[in-house]
Amino acid sequence: MSTAGSGAVECVGVSKAFGAVQALHATDLSLASGTLTAVLGPSGCGKTTLLRAIAGFERVDSGTIRVSGQPVAGPGVHLPPERRRVTIVPQEQALFPHLTVAANVGYGVRRGAARQRAVEAMLELAGLAGLGDRMPHELSGGQQQRVALARALAPGPSVVLLDEPFGSLDAALRDEIRSEVAALLRASGATSLLVTHDQEEALSMAETVAVMRSGAIVQVGPPQDVYRHPADLWVANFVGRANILPGRAVAAGTVETALGTLVVGAGPGNGDVDVVIRPEQLQIVASGDSGAATVDDRRYFGHDAVVGVRLPGGERLLVRLPSADPLPVGARVVVSCQEPVLTFPTTVR
Amino acid sequence: MALAGVVALAALLPVAYLVVRAGGGGWSAVAGTLFLDRTARLLVRSLGLAAAVSVASAAIGIALAWLTVRCDLPGRRVWRVLVALPLAVPSYVAAFAFVSNVPTLTGFLPTFAVLTLLSYPYVFLPVAAVLERVDPALEETARSLGDGPATAFRRVTLRQIRPAAATGSLLVCLYVLSDFGAVSILRFDSFTRVIYQSYQSSFDRRPAAILGCLLLVFTMGILVAEARTRGRARYYGGGRGAPRRPPVIRLGRWRWVALVLPVAVTVAALAVPLGTTLRWLAESVRASADLGRIGRAGGATVLASGLGAAVTAVAAVPVALLAARSRSRLAGLIERSAFVGHALPGIVVALSLVFFTVRFMNPLYQRLPVLIFAYMVLFLPLAVSSVYGSALQAPPTLDDVARSLGKRPREVFRTITAPLLAPGVAAGAALVFLTCLKELPATLLLGPTGFETLSTRVWSATQAGAFGDAALPALLLVAAGILPTWALTRRGRTTAS
Repeated sequence: MSTAGSGAVECVGVSKAFGAVQALHATDLSLASGTLTAVLGPSGCGKTTLLRAIAGFERVDSGTIRVSGQPVAGPGVHLPPERRRVTIVPQEQALFPHLTVAANVGYGVRRGAARQRAVEAMLELAGLAGLGDRMPHELSGGQQQRVALARALAPGPSVVLLDEPFGSLDAALRDEIRSEVAALLRASGATSLLVTHDQEEALSMAETVAVMRSGAIVQVGPPQDVYRHPADLWVANFVGRANILPGRAVAAGTVETALGTLVVGAGPGNGDVDVVIRPEQLQIVASGDSGAATVDDRRYFGHDAVVGVRLPGGERLLVRLPSADPLPVGARVVVSCQEPVLTFPTTVR
Repeated sequence: MALAGVVALAALLPVAYLVVRAGGGGWSAVAGTLFLDRTARLLVRSLGLAAAVSVASAAIGIALAWLTVRCDLPGRRVWRVLVALPLAVPSYVAAFAFVSNVPTLTGFLPTFAVLTLLSYPYVFLPVAAVLERVDPALEETARSLGDGPATAFRRVTLRQIRPAAATGSLLVCLYVLSDFGAVSILRFDSFTRVIYQSYQSSFDRRPAAILGCLLLVFTMGILVAEARTRGRARYYGGGRGAPRRPPVIRLGRWRWVALVLPVAVTVAALAVPLGTTLRWLAESVRASADLGRIGRAGGATVLASGLGAAVTAVAAVPVALLAARSRSRLAGLIERSAFVGHALPGIVVALSLVFFTVRFMNPLYQRLPVLIFAYMVLFLPLAVSSVYGSALQAPPTLDDVARSLGKRPREVFRTITAPLLAPGVAAGAALVFLTCLKELPATLLLGPTGFETLSTRVWSATQAGAFGDAALPALLLVAAGILPTWALTRRGRTTAS
């Protein structure tokens, strides 16, 4: 293994500009072997450029990329895509329409006696046994997705890159296929990088989430860390829903807000702060005429419900209710927060 | 990109040289030719013919489309195929058929009639395709808002077919302005005939070049207009297609009266040429025609058309790939210049290549490669649109995936891009082949001395009044032309459903 770290992929200070647009801004990213990392960011943040730079389709302006310790891009180095051992699963799957399922899966496998066995083993692993002779258009959307992944895994690459692979699927299918893909990646022991703008997808599938914004990685960590301890207000807002209330930190560990005095989990000790409260951290403790807050919106999801509540001062909060209490719009309620909250120094807006 | 650029430049080169050649004698010489009364009359005659044929074709094309798609015309499915077939008849064959029956049929009216009978399918085909996929909900909505059936058709459905009819009429204009065979045989002095005569009869060929450029100005203008209306036609006609088929209109007693139109058109445009040809054929068999000569002409035709098809289809590949994959401005320019061939009358391309080879490549003058090159310039658009469909099946993402799976660019082309393009290239080559068979003016001007193809054989035999000699080649050409037309109508049907 290399001295640069144990990562299957190491990106250090990678920059790339298209004309005046700086797509990657000295981006650092390290993928641990055998894990699934999600790069999560809004569209246009540079995540697809990062993927294409790792795969070798874009030439980087500066910085270095190593795959399994070997430099593939950097000063004076640009390995063509076919020599990087980095495979891709593109957005629309892009199965070769003129080749059978087996020929698609075997496309990147070296010719020889071992090829057929490798293809069969991969079809078996991907739950495609017996479909090898079909043509791609004869498969369902989920099967096509698995063929695309099996094709990328079959040559035994150092890393598999998945570029928003579920965007083209309809919502009902997406959930099921996400877990199939995650299971297949785990079973094959591959290192993989998933690029997505869908925070639910990143949080539910990946072992590590890297949040990207304006061409730079702003936070890396396990999904629960990124959700519970966002690096800044922007990440808090982008990853999951967040209520943001102005507050004033007065004594050690507490903050004054429109909801009263709250316990601070992490944040500055004094001064004006922005308080981040997740909708599930709030409860409705009383309803009836006694409440000072008013329900002004109600969305019922079956397993839970989200209600919008307006405080007397005009601040608006989203509250996630585990069971769907019959709270009509217009009801007067009392909202409270018992859990420790996050605070950030107030940003000038 | 570079390859596509080379092809595009090659396609434009002869025309550019024609312009240079026309201007060679200075402005006064150009003006001397342009501002003659003769030129003004020529303009009026050519444009008048084009306009008259377009209007008549639009009327016949729209009426036939409406009758065969929307009405309970007896045998309408058969008629839909039959009335598209006149497209397959070369204009000089139809003209030969009329003239050989009634030798006095010359001038404006016969030319107008022959060209209308052959070119109305340019309107019929797109209008029928649109009528077939117009969403019946549109007419139903109009009915629910208080329109009667006729009013709803006029206010809603007719508006839907207007762009398609406009596109078709402009194609008819192009066809008429470019036609050489019919106007020559029926002795109507339009641009192409006068250019040919001026080229043949005089040592000073500059007037021919100047008239060629003038004709080019009009055909280019029509090409631009056609591209505009086509964009709008797609906007109207596109969408996800109709979920239901429009209701059939019951003509009642009128359905037998309505039959008169398709019957008359088919008899005049198909039965008369075919019947006449067969009659002459019977006579020539009795007179023991020179079968060996026709066999040689057939061989030469297949050779020239085969080479033309192969070269054109291969040249179309880089252009089609570029068109399908790149959205840059340069790519658009290259793509459009490849389509200029649509607007180039064969006589103009031939003329420019004569000038060009005489001046720069004299050893090649009237040699086969120049004729093949002319075919490429003329029919590149046909091949490009055919290959383009396949190129869309091979998006660049497939190349990316194949590269990431360890294949070098050349292997990627061999294993992915080439197999996916193959059907389009083959279809394009077949289409170009069958179109080359019928080509007349370029073959006439550029073919090697003593080189005779089926089309030039029909032409020279007709010119000489030896109608029996023209019969068999004419019949072969019509048979060869029916195949791609059949394919065209079928394609129109599948895209419509």
